[in-house]
Amino acid sequence: MLSRVADSLYWMSRYLERAENTLRQLDVTMGLMLDTGSTSLEERWTRLMSALGRPEDMEWNGDLESMARDLVFDSLNPLSVTFAVNGARENARQVREEISSEQWQRLNRLFHQMHSPHAQAQFRTSINDALASIIDGIHLFKGVSDTTMIHGQGWQFIRLGRYLERAYATATLLEIYQPHLLGEHERDHSGYQYLEMVGLLRCCTSFEAYCQVYTADVSPDRILEFLLLNEDFPHAIRYTVDGMRDAVNAIQRTGGRRASDELIAVIGRLQASLGYTTINEILAGDTAAFLHKIREECTRIHDLIYRYYVQYSIQSALAV
Amino acid sequence: MSAGPTEELETLFGDYPLDKAFDEMRESTGEVRPHYRALAEALAKLPQEELQRRKQSADLSFLTQGITFTVYGRDEGTERIFPYDLVPRLVTAAEWDRVERGLTQRITALNQFLKDVYSDAKILSDKVVPRDLVYSCKHYRRQMRGLQVPRNVYIAVVGSDLLRVGEGEYVVLEDNLRVPSGVSYMLTNRRVMKRTFPQLFHSYGVRPIEHYPQLLLATLRSLAPEGRPEPNIVLLTPGVFNSAYFEHTYLARQMGIDLVEGRDLVTHDNVVYMRTTDGLRRVDVIYRRVDDDFSDPLIFRADSALGCAGLFNAYRAGNVTVTNAFGTGLADDKAVYAYVPKIIKYYLNEDPILPNVETYLLSEEKERQHVLANLDKLVVKAVGESGGYGMLIGPKSTARQREEFARQIEANPRNYIAQPTLDFSRAPCLIGNHLEPRHVDLRPYVLFGDKVNIVPGGLTRVALEKGSLVVNSSQGGGSKDTWVLEN
Repeated sequence: MLSRVADSLYWMSRYLERAENTLRQLDVTMGLMLDTGSTSLEERWTRLMSALGRPEDMEWNGDLESMARDLVFDSLNPLSVTFAVNGARENARQVREEISSEQWQRLNRLFHQMHSPHAQAQFRTSINDALASIIDGIHLFKGVSDTTMIHGQGWQFIRLGRYLERAYATATLLEIYQPHLLGEHERDHSGYQYLEMVGLLRCCTSFEAYCQVYTADVSPDRILEFLLLNEDFPHAIRYTVDGMRDAVNAIQRTGGRRASDELIAVIGRLQASLGYTTINEILAGDTAAFLHKIREECTRIHDLIYRYYVQYSIQSALAV
Repeated sequence: MSAGPTEELETLFGDYPLDKAFDEMRESTGEVRPHYRALAEALAKLPQEELQRRKQSADLSFLTQGITFTVYGRDEGTERIFPYDLVPRLVTAAEWDRVERGLTQRITALNQFLKDVYSDAKILSDKVVPRDLVYSCKHYRRQMRGLQVPRNVYIAVVGSDLLRVGEGEYVVLEDNLRVPSGVSYMLTNRRVMKRTFPQLFHSYGVRPIEHYPQLLLATLRSLAPEGRPEPNIVLLTPGVFNSAYFEHTYLARQMGIDLVEGRDLVTHDNVVYMRTTDGLRRVDVIYRRVDDDFSDPLIFRADSALGCAGLFNAYRAGNVTVTNAFGTGLADDKAVYAYVPKIIKYYLNEDPILPNVETYLLSEEKERQHVLANLDKLVVKAVGESGGYGMLIGPKSTARQREEFARQIEANPRNYIAQPTLDFSRAPCLIGNHLEPRHVDLRPYVLFGDKVNIVPGGLTRVALEKGSLVVNSSQGGGSKDTWVLEN
């Protein structure tokens, strides 16, 4: 497939994953703000911004509702959901012929939804409903993508983008929250600690899945184990890295004239470090550094995807 | 079927004016033409709310499908749907037969004209078309001289604009031989109409047009370079900012071919390749939706980033087919247009089946004087422009505008032609809750590969503003579906 098209599909997918992640984290954070724990609103907001990767972009100004609205609707703010949806649609628009009509219509509806006065009005009356209905739109798009698009190279680039974005976002989230999670806490009887932990799980839509594996007995080390090392849960980092490997293998299988050894090696090493490590080993070492390393590897994978599939030099291609 | 107007019909027509312009639906006596009767009755029977509901649902369908065009110069909500009218335009089998034969004849002759002008130029030696006229045309490409074009097909994809004048006679207003657009609207209009009026559509026996993309693909395939049995066919677009971008993606998807931009292409040793995730892949046929000027910075405009450097040399070497060929704009120049009847006679020894609109050439002294004296009655057009730009509509112009045009004509007479202000036909449109007549044209789409192929129908463009004669989408025009009837 055309390199430019692969690039657009990859970014369309990354942007939508990013939008969904932002929406969920905002929703959870605002929920936690309702409870009067020891954490101030400002602290929570700053933590949210850090977990979204741009702590300096939106500083706390005391007006939660307007800040939340900007985070969702301000199309000029690179952190915002609308910015991400615009980015996804702009990329999709450049590859209209590659995606199915159903995908395009879904995404287009989501785009118009973000820009409609109705959405902003709904936001004023019920923020949760507004966020949920946008997330619904994204879910519908993903479902339609999986059922109406041929599962060829294009679809694999969509998966690649989705998993890479998700792995990076989850690693960032855990890196930001782990000091609070694992830090010294007085024995907590009031339930605030529980709310915090459930909130973290909800940021990854993983509370119910967690309960199925561990029961509702939530503890910090298990949460980390689940979100890092679980093999079967789509938001766990290990699962997403396995997914990247699958996608790259499929891309190689369907085209495969060009070797991508280094890309496969980097993903493979990351897979091994998640597949053959226990949570106790991670906790005994430098957890923050471990998480940070995952983010760095994601960045490297992104660069290698570009080098092999998108921005290769003509000389190297003619030599094949 | 009752012939007399019922009460419902009267409500539907309101004070529908009839005057000297030909009305597609009604005789000058007010009676509905036979083939329109079933349509008029169906519309009259439909409750108002139901009609409005269907209109809204059609609009919504266009919006979510992203069938929009870009309005330049505003940053929010820059996309508008292409205005669309729910009342189909009906064309009888007999009318269509004439249009089809006429266009086939015309396109065949124009293609021979291009072949001749770019090789031996016999028609110029025989003084049928003035040499000056051809060589002074800004779309004449000297690089095309003596170049062998696959199957001698210069114009594979054509959209000619027809009008109905007088008692309903079809005439050709202009030929679009470069990169005609609008075919995607023809196809999507049909899809929406089938959903909006399913029973009516069925009862009318409308000839299908949906196979156009397949015909286009077959046409492109038939033009592939020798020795490439499985040609890699692509559609070259200027990119997402082009106003016809929707159409480019639509056609590429319907044909199952790659949509490429100039930056996806590279040439090496006179072969064109595209950059793919698996490395470079050879390109055999390019359906070009980029103007000549922007196609290859080495040969045409050096400041263009839309094309592909080296494309023309690969084309000249016969390693890639580019269609339409370069330099075809010569034959749709509005001054050359005036000679098309003679061109048809010269190559085919036939009389034109579809007449031209009477045209004054301003490079001719006598005709120029006549035009300058009658500017308030005529339409003046710049010869190389399209899309309704560079036009003076005499009866609607101000004295200032006429002076300005007169000055420009004196300065460069070759650049202008004039035509009488035409009272071309009007068709009923749904305006508010009743029907009103609006001026319409018809652009059928002609494909030319192994042979000439025309899908029955085309894009009917509507001047939606009351009394307006300009149908171009860039100037407030809309469109409606065109139903060519089986019998």
